[in-house]
Amino acid sequence: MFYREAGQFKTGYAADQAIFPILQDRLFVIAVLAFAFVVVPLTANDYWFQAILTPFLVYALTALGLNILTGYAGQISLGTGGFMAVGAYSFYKLTTGFPEMNLIVAFLIAGCFSAAVGVVFGLPSLRIKGFYLAVATLAAQFFLVWLFNKVGWFYNYNPSGTIDAPPREMFGVLVTGAAAKPAVKYLAALSMLTVFALLTKNLVRSAVGRSWMAIRDMDIAAEIIGIRPLRTKLLAFAISSFVVGIAGAELFALHLGSVETIAFDVTLSFNILFMIIIGGLGSVMGSIMGAAFLVLMPIALTNLLVGGFGMQATSAKHLEFMVLGALIIFFLIVEPHGLARLWQIAKDKLRLWPFPH
Amino acid sequence: MGTVYDFIVLPLIDIVEYPLFFIEVVIGGLSAGVMYSLVALGFVLIFKASGVFNFAQGVLALFAALTLVGIMDWGIPAPLAILATAGVMVALAIAIERLMLRPLVNQDQIILFMSTLGLAYFLEGLGDTLWGSNVKRLDLGIPEKSFEFQGILLNQFELVAAGTAAVMVTVLAVFFHRTRVGRALRAVADDHQAALSVGIPLKSIWIIVWSVAGLVALVAGIMWGTKSGVQFSLSLIALKALPVLILGGFTSVPGAIVGGLIIGVGEKVAEVYWGPALGGAIEGWFAYMLALVFLMFRPQGLFGDVIIERV
Repeated sequence: MFYREAGQFKTGYAADQAIFPILQDRLFVIAVLAFAFVVVPLTANDYWFQAILTPFLVYALTALGLNILTGYAGQISLGTGGFMAVGAYSFYKLTTGFPEMNLIVAFLIAGCFSAAVGVVFGLPSLRIKGFYLAVATLAAQFFLVWLFNKVGWFYNYNPSGTIDAPPREMFGVLVTGAAAKPAVKYLAALSMLTVFALLTKNLVRSAVGRSWMAIRDMDIAAEIIGIRPLRTKLLAFAISSFVVGIAGAELFALHLGSVETIAFDVTLSFNILFMIIIGGLGSVMGSIMGAAFLVLMPIALTNLLVGGFGMQATSAKHLEFMVLGALIIFFLIVEPHGLARLWQIAKDKLRLWPFPH
Repeated sequence: MGTVYDFIVLPLIDIVEYPLFFIEVVIGGLSAGVMYSLVALGFVLIFKASGVFNFAQGVLALFAALTLVGIMDWGIPAPLAILATAGVMVALAIAIERLMLRPLVNQDQIILFMSTLGLAYFLEGLGDTLWGSNVKRLDLGIPEKSFEFQGILLNQFELVAAGTAAVMVTVLAVFFHRTRVGRALRAVADDHQAALSVGIPLKSIWIIVWSVAGLVALVAGIMWGTKSGVQFSLSLIALKALPVLILGGFTSVPGAIVGGLIIGVGEKVAEVYWGPALGGAIEGWFAYMLALVFLMFRPQGLFGDVIIERV
């Protein structure tokens, strides 16, 4: 009844090309953003910021980055953790080496480093595809993590081998470091996610995005109609790794604060892949919903099992694994196209509601 | 120049000067390689027969070993316990087919791959919940004495493992190429729907192949469990089996063996001779790099079917 596009006429090219052509969608997005930017920082407590909201935003950005590569360009990657590590360690080197550097610039340069590494490890994608490529990207995962562990220069020869986020300010407010307020970190992560979600949404509708999808659907056919696989695939690797690298820097600077290389191990890569599969391949909304699901699910399960049924933490952990695995299988069976597809179905239903035809 | 010398000349001098030690390193690598092959075999079987990239193979091995230890703890003699565990693996295969694969027929490969990842999580949790997560010893009375042969240190257990792998590969190769079921399995791997339409019973085929993979996992679990104790890290060997797979080719049983041996030897030799110059612990990624470089020249692996694409 309320969700109708009838009567909304497009009178110019700008209206025709809008990201959210339906007024209700536009209002919904604005409402969500307003809620996230204004209401949440005023009401949420520190536990929510640190344990749920900030990790959710960071993982959503990572999932978004991986979705560009896997969902839109069709190249499966298991090296996400490695690229995140590149972002995190270059952010660390930049902020400690140049204390005066603007944080936004630091994040962007960290992303650029990650993009460069991504291109190098994306080169095999020109020869190999599918699962062979997935295994090849594992080389990036293990090699990069080993590199940051072994070469002391990357962690400033810190004897403990960890890197700690240095306290840095932005607009006169402390953003990174242990003393920064959780709400500030949350807002920083939220702003970056918003910017990159909008950029991605635009990018995938452009010529670049269309060429990615052509490569994904059938690369030989795409090549025949004049899309250059070399440029397209490497661009997908570069942009995806750029976003993933920035997310890695966020994971380090905004969420964890102090990391060792173990934080970027292969389970992280798998988790991010889970997020985009459960959320929906080739969907910006899906990346965000998948991240929300995989961040909230374990916390909710732990609370339920330990708090609700009084189980011991270790056996609850095992049960949590079981439930998580079962849920993943369940989701894949019920809706292989992910939460984003469910969202789409819900919108289509809403369009007709309350009349069935 | 010092580093170049360390990196290129010194290892070679070492190899030439102490050939016996080099042979021992190679044999150590071979025995590790056999272990990788055992896991890779299970992967190949399932991929060949159902086109599913089964990430849960390592966890299957862990689960089998855990179940075996658990059953033996009840005081049941080893042969019976192995039979019982085999029964459990077959039951598991049936459950997997019923609950996971059947609803997912004809889905994308990546969806099937993700579902096996979910299965890996599930089995890991299940194994830990049922049998506890502490490290267990698995003792089936496989001889583990070391002995010297022409000045080279060997271990009886390694010979047993190699023999087991050889027998298994022979049996599997015959099974795939000489029997009716084997042919049906290969047909299913090619195309689910086409296989269905010529009357191949997909359900029973999948149960068979997952059972066989379960049994291979049991053998792998026994070998790994005897070697290094039954523990969580067993499930991580699945990751090591991946470069073995792409080196040998996803669809080739002999490829799994040869790939495993190459990776095992390459890894050990690199670690011993080139590891120190690079800062050590290069075992973690060397296999992947080797596989990656290799794939550049031969994308389908050593013995894999040539990838033919049609538009």
